[in-house]
Amino acid sequence: MTKPLVRPKRKDPLKKTRVPLLPQGVRSRTALGLTAAAAEGRFRLQVCADCAAVIYPPRDACPRCLSARLPFRDVDNRGTLLAETTIRTSTDVYFRERMPWRIGTVQLDAGPSIVAHLHGDLREGERTRLQLKIDKSGQAIAMALPAEDTPNMADDPQWRELTCDPKFRRVLITDGRTAVGQALAEAVSEAGASVVFVGVADPWKPFPGEDRLRKIERVEIVALDLTDTISVNECAGEFAARVDILINTAEYVRTGGIIDRKGLTVAREELEMRYFGLTRLAQAFGPVLRARGADGVNSAAAFVNLLSVYALVNWPAYGAFSATEAACLSAAQSLRAELRQGGVKVLNAFFGPLETEWYQAVPPPKVAPSALARAVVRALQQGQEDVFVGDIAEDVRARLAVDPKALERELGS
Amino acid sequence: MRQPYAGIVITAPVTIPYRRYSTNTAHWWVGRAVREVVQRAGLRSSDIDGLSLSSFTVGPDTAIGLTQHLGLSPRWLDHVPLGGASGVVALRRAARAVQCGDAELVVCVAGDTNQVDSFRRMLSTFSRFAQDAVYPYGSGGPNSGFALITRNYMKHYGATREDFGKICVAQRDNALKFPYALMKKPLTLDEYLGARAISDPIHLFDCVMPCAGAEAFLVCREDVAKGQGIPAARLLATIERHNAFPDDPIQYRGGWAMDIPELYAMAGVTADDVDFVQTYDDYPVICMMQMEDLGFCAKGEGPDFVRSHTLTADGSFPHNTSGGQLSVGQAGAAGGFLGLVEAVRQVTGESLGAAVPDAKIGLVSGFGMITYDRGLASGAALLAGGRA
Repeated sequence: MTKPLVRPKRKDPLKKTRVPLLPQGVRSRTALGLTAAAAEGRFRLQVCADCAAVIYPPRDACPRCLSARLPFRDVDNRGTLLAETTIRTSTDVYFRERMPWRIGTVQLDAGPSIVAHLHGDLREGERTRLQLKIDKSGQAIAMALPAEDTPNMADDPQWRELTCDPKFRRVLITDGRTAVGQALAEAVSEAGASVVFVGVADPWKPFPGEDRLRKIERVEIVALDLTDTISVNECAGEFAARVDILINTAEYVRTGGIIDRKGLTVAREELEMRYFGLTRLAQAFGPVLRARGADGVNSAAAFVNLLSVYALVNWPAYGAFSATEAACLSAAQSLRAELRQGGVKVLNAFFGPLETEWYQAVPPPKVAPSALARAVVRALQQGQEDVFVGDIAEDVRARLAVDPKALERELGS
Repeated sequence: MRQPYAGIVITAPVTIPYRRYSTNTAHWWVGRAVREVVQRAGLRSSDIDGLSLSSFTVGPDTAIGLTQHLGLSPRWLDHVPLGGASGVVALRRAARAVQCGDAELVVCVAGDTNQVDSFRRMLSTFSRFAQDAVYPYGSGGPNSGFALITRNYMKHYGATREDFGKICVAQRDNALKFPYALMKKPLTLDEYLGARAISDPIHLFDCVMPCAGAEAFLVCREDVAKGQGIPAARLLATIERHNAFPDDPIQYRGGWAMDIPELYAMAGVTADDVDFVQTYDDYPVICMMQMEDLGFCAKGEGPDFVRSHTLTADGSFPHNTSGGQLSVGQAGAAGGFLGLVEAVRQVTGESLGAAVPDAKIGLVSGFGMITYDRGLASGAALLAGGRA
């Protein structure tokens, strides 16, 4: 049985902050197919298109029929733990300071044997579920879990090393005026965050939902204007060392394409809030997050971007908006590489039109802010890197995978 | 039926004394070993017309670079990067080259250096599968891979730590008489059992000590060795197999199990005729697996076989008579030569340490290259002393 986590004590400021070390992140190009699956929380292995053999470790030729057609496919993740070992000495600096560490050989029902990290509640000979996870290096690893959920299983140290669970972590929600920001404050508080800082520009100005927001347990309203560099820097100066998960809830949604918007005023405001807002946050909070990636139970864990799914492909009805979201996505990819040095994840949550006033004329299905918030918390608890929320986002993702050009035409007609 | 290795011998067995760490390069170790082979055989280096090299640390060079480095002009050249199977594989290729006349005097050499950080660096880049699917999992190196194999074997066949300890303790007894062994202190079963855990159930004395060193021998025709007046061992038979039993979910047997009848048939002997065995001993579970797969007992009877024999050089089943890698040290690819070089000494009456009484026929086994979850390469050879 997993021992429940104990709320971490206030840190002695004189104590050295442990430098974040990473496990080896070098992989063959083919093995990055596992990373792609893990990023979205899927369990995929190569399956030979010619003979249907399930293959592991990743290869460039099928060991049964020599076929080169080896796409990654969803595979049954159940198996049996044949043998386990507790490693007590390692040549690697990352694992050395995390010893002892359990690994084992899992025989998948689907065929291959996989050497995997072991959850503490799983024992030799038992049935198991394998999951692909992103480790601190940003690459995929396999983790074997007990066949059924166990009490406090998310608190297992080897598991928590792979997730960004808000439990006992301190979360900053950057804009509490939005419906999504308020829903997220509630969701991370429920998930056990020890403090929920909620940024509000000009907090003296009342806003809808304020009363409810202030009543959420452990919420603390802080002054934060994402369009103002000084405000962001001041907020970081006061709180950055106490933020383990940053969730950027800034939004700026306006209809219209590029031609129909007269002048640059709206585009500038949009970029100020979204692209430059993201840049300000990254520059102010990023260095501290990156330095605190191994700082105990409540280490810095994640930087979360909420992105319209139209960041991936332009929706001309919201054409200028889509372009700004695309800029934010590109910045997030850079941010991901930069924060990885500290073992901090960037989670991108892609969503379709929301059930808010800015998407008033858009027909359903739309995503309720609370559904988006729950999906983000779940993705953090699972340590995912990308999550698609709602039917529209899933639909766009699926169509993109098949034919991006066809989707461009469909969205433009 | 395979063609016999008629008239082919192995001679000039050479060990360059091992060191825990070395500031010298692999080239230095290989060079010293080749020089000693040449001297022992009474040759000049220009006489050498065949070279076979095994080394993990000679990079960026391969065998070809060594020809220029050592000033050799061979007409036959081989590079055998097969770790623990290097010795047997190098031997069988060299034997055929000499038998067919492609070369007359082939030096087979394995040498590696061990610098303070070279072991760690080798682990992370050992193979693509190690990089993709092993090293990121706790980075325990071969210790954790073999821990899983050992754990599974213990569970299925009832082997105990005491059984593995008996193998290690007997090897240490042998090593105490072998001048080049790095382990100089006696080992008791209690010390073995009380050692610190490395990766359960692997404990300290189940592991070899990485070190620097070199081993070499000369392959030539019997009449050439006789002309030089040097003792030589005849090659009776060999087998080699790679990636055997790929569908076994976890390794409990090696490639020998596929080929062992052929080894004895080719040599015209049986397991009962073998006077001593040099198994590849990266971990004692692999020794036990070899006792089964090489035909000394049935699969699963390894633990009982160990319990019912004495394993020292003077015992009922003389095994790893120089002390093996567990007590001499593992000098990289030279670990794949250690047992073969020792076997040549034993059958030619040139033992440096614990001599097996009246040793006529020896079996040498090689095993190596755990690139993912199991050792891929296996091989074995039967040698005999004296005249046919």
